[in-house]
Amino acid sequence: MDTFHVMKRILLQFRRDKRSVALMVVAPLLVLSLMWMVLDHDETNLELGAVDVPESMLEKLSSDTLVVETLSSSRAEEKLDEGTLDAVLYFENQETSLLLEGSDPNAAGAIQKELQSLRANQQISMNVEYYHGSEDLGLFDYVGPALIGFFVFFFVFIVGGVSFLRERTQGTLERLLATPIKRSEIVFGYLAGFGLFTILQSLVIASFSIYILGVFMDGSFFYVLIVTILLALAALSLGTLVSAFAENEFQMIQFIPLIIVPQVFFSGLFPIEGLGTWVQVIGQMMPLTYGAEAMRGIMLREASFAEIQLEVYILLGFTALFTTLNIFALKKHRRL
Amino acid sequence: MNSMVEMKGVVQRYGKVTVIDQVDLSIQKGEIFGLLGPSGAGKTTLVKLMAGILQPTEGTISLDGAALRHLAQMKNFGFMAQSDALYQELTAWENLDFFASIYSLSRKKRRKRIREVLEMVNLSSSKDQPVQTFSGGMKRRLSLAAALVHEPEMIILDEPTVGIDPVLRQSIWNELNDLKHKGVTIIVTTHVMDEAEKCDRLALLRKGKMIAMDTPEMLKEKVNVSSMEDVFLHYGGDTKWIPSM
Ligand SMILES: Nc1ncnc2c1ncn2[C@@H]1O[C@H](COP(=O)(O)OP(=O)(O)OP(=O)(O)O)[C@@H](O)[C@H]1O
Ligand SMILES: [Mg+2]
Repeated sequence: MDTFHVMKRILLQFRRDKRSVALMVVAPLLVLSLMWMVLDHDETNLELGAVDVPESMLEKLSSDTLVVETLSSSRAEEKLDEGTLDAVLYFENQETSLLLEGSDPNAAGAIQKELQSLRANQQISMNVEYYHGSEDLGLFDYVGPALIGFFVFFFVFIVGGVSFLRERTQGTLERLLATPIKRSEIVFGYLAGFGLFTILQSLVIASFSIYILGVFMDGSFFYVLIVTILLALAALSLGTLVSAFAENEFQMIQFIPLIIVPQVFFSGLFPIEGLGTWVQVIGQMMPLTYGAEAMRGIMLREASFAEIQLEVYILLGFTALFTTLNIFALKKHRRL
Repeated sequence: MNSMVEMKGVVQRYGKVTVIDQVDLSIQKGEIFGLLGPSGAGKTTLVKLMAGILQPTEGTISLDGAALRHLAQMKNFGFMAQSDALYQELTAWENLDFFASIYSLSRKKRRKRIREVLEMVNLSSSKDQPVQTFSGGMKRRLSLAAALVHEPEMIILDEPTVGIDPVLRQSIWNELNDLKHKGVTIIVTTHVMDEAEKCDRLALLRKGKMIAMDTPEMLKEKVNVSSMEDVFLHYGGDTKWIPSM
C-alpha cells in the first residue's frame, strides 16, 4: 500500500521538477538527432559500377542519386580499390550479385535501399557481398537501436540514482525509516513511480527515433517499448543501488565512467566477436548488452517475442537482482 | 511498569569510537523528557536509538514494553530529525500528506489532521508553497508538524526549536504541554537552558555517558545552584559548554 504512496509522491515530484523530466526526455531526443545528422546524411551521388548487366535492367536502375557506369570486371575491381565506386553490380548466369565497397556504411546502406525496390519488383535474388567491412545497413540504422536503449538507460540511471541519493542526503530516507514503511515498499515505490514515467519516456524516444528520424525499423513497436521500459527499470534499480555507495551527487557522476561507459563498448556499437572470452564475459554481465541485442533484433531483424525472450528475461533478472540487493542495502539504515 | 522507553546498558560504537557508553534510562508514559548535553555528546545518536533507526551495538531497548520487532510498533512514534527531512519540490501540504498517508490515515482524517498541525505550527497560510521557498524556521516548524500529524503516543524531537523565534517557541511548548496532558510521551533534545527547565525530567549527557538524570529542580538542589546553566557547568567539569543559542 505504501508503495503506492511513494509512487504518487515521485510522480508529484516529477511534475514539479520539470528540469529532470526534460533531461530524461528531451536530452535523448536532442543527442539522437545530433547523431542522426552526423551519421545519416544522404549520399547525393552513389557510384554504381555495372558488369555484364543487361540493358533492360540498367534502365530500371537509373535514379536521381545513382550514377551507373558500365565497365569490365577488372576495371571495377581497380575502382573499388581506389574507392571511387560505392558498389558493383554483377550479372552472371542469370543471377545478380552486389559487391559493396563497404568502408562507408552510409553509402552501403543507401545503395541497398536504392536497389531494394528493384529486387522487390523483379523478384531477382541478389547476393550481397562486401569488398571491405561487413555492415549491412546505414551506420545510424545499425547503431540506432542500441543508442535508443543506451540513452534511456543512461538518463534513467542518473536521474533515478541521484533522486534516491538525495533521499538519503536530505534526510528524508532516515525520516521515512522512522515510519512503519517497509524497506521494500520504498524500493518498489521508486520502481513504480519511475516505471510509469519511463513508459512515457520510452514512448516519446522510440517514436521520435523511428517515425521522425527514420531509424530502420522492421519489427514490432510494442516490443521496442517493452525492451526500453525493461532497460529503464534495470537502469533505475542499478542507479539506486550504486547511489548507496555515493556520498553526494558528484560521486554519483563518478559512476558514469565506471558503470555506463563500459556498457557502451559491449552494447554492439563496436564489434566484440573477435575478442577474448573473458572480455565477452564482462559484456555478459551488463544489462545494456542484452537490451541493445534485443533492440537490434526487433528493429533490424523483425524478431518475434520468442527470439527476444531470453534478453527480456535476463533484463527482468537484472532488475530483480538489483532491487533485492537494494532492499538489502537499506538494512544499513534500519534493520527491520 | 508504565515506561515508554527502557534502555539497559546501551552502547553505540562507530568503529572503535564509542558514542554512547552504557546508558540506562527509563522514560515514563506522559512525561516530557529532556536530553541536554554539549555538541557531540551523543544526543542525536541516543534519540535515533529510541526511534529504532539505529540498532545499539550492545544493550537492550524496549519501547512501550516490547523490543522493536515489528514495523507496526513504529506507528505509535513520531520523529523529528535534527536536520529538516522534507521534500523540497513539494508543498507543505503535500509533504504532510505524504507522511500522513504512510500511517494509513483515511483521506478525511488526513485532511483534518493536516489542517490542525499546520495551524499549530502557524503555517496554514503557506500550505501551498513549495518547501524550497521556506525560511529555516518555517522548515523547522513543518518538520515538527510532520512528526505530529499521525497523533503518535510518543514523539521524539531533536532540537525542535532551533531557529524559531521566542513567541512561536512559547506557543509550541504550550502545544507540547497540551499533548502531554493527553498522555503523549515527549522526548526532546535541546541546547537551550530555559527549555530544559520546562521538562519534567532531564538527562545530562556528556561524551556519550549519562552523568545525571532527575527533575530540573532536584538537579539544581543536588548541586546547590540556582540555574540549569550552573548545573551543567558543575557536571560538565572541564568541558567547555557553549550553548548554541
Ligand atoms: N555515523 C557516524 N559515524 C561516526 N561517528 C558518528 C556518526 N554519527 C555520529 N557520530 C559521532 O558521535 C558523536 C555524537 O554525535 P551526535 O550527533 O549524537 O551528537 P549530538 O549530541 O546530537 O550533537 P549536536 O548537539 O551537535 O547535535 C559525535 O562525536 C559524532 O562525530
Ligand atoms: Mg544532535
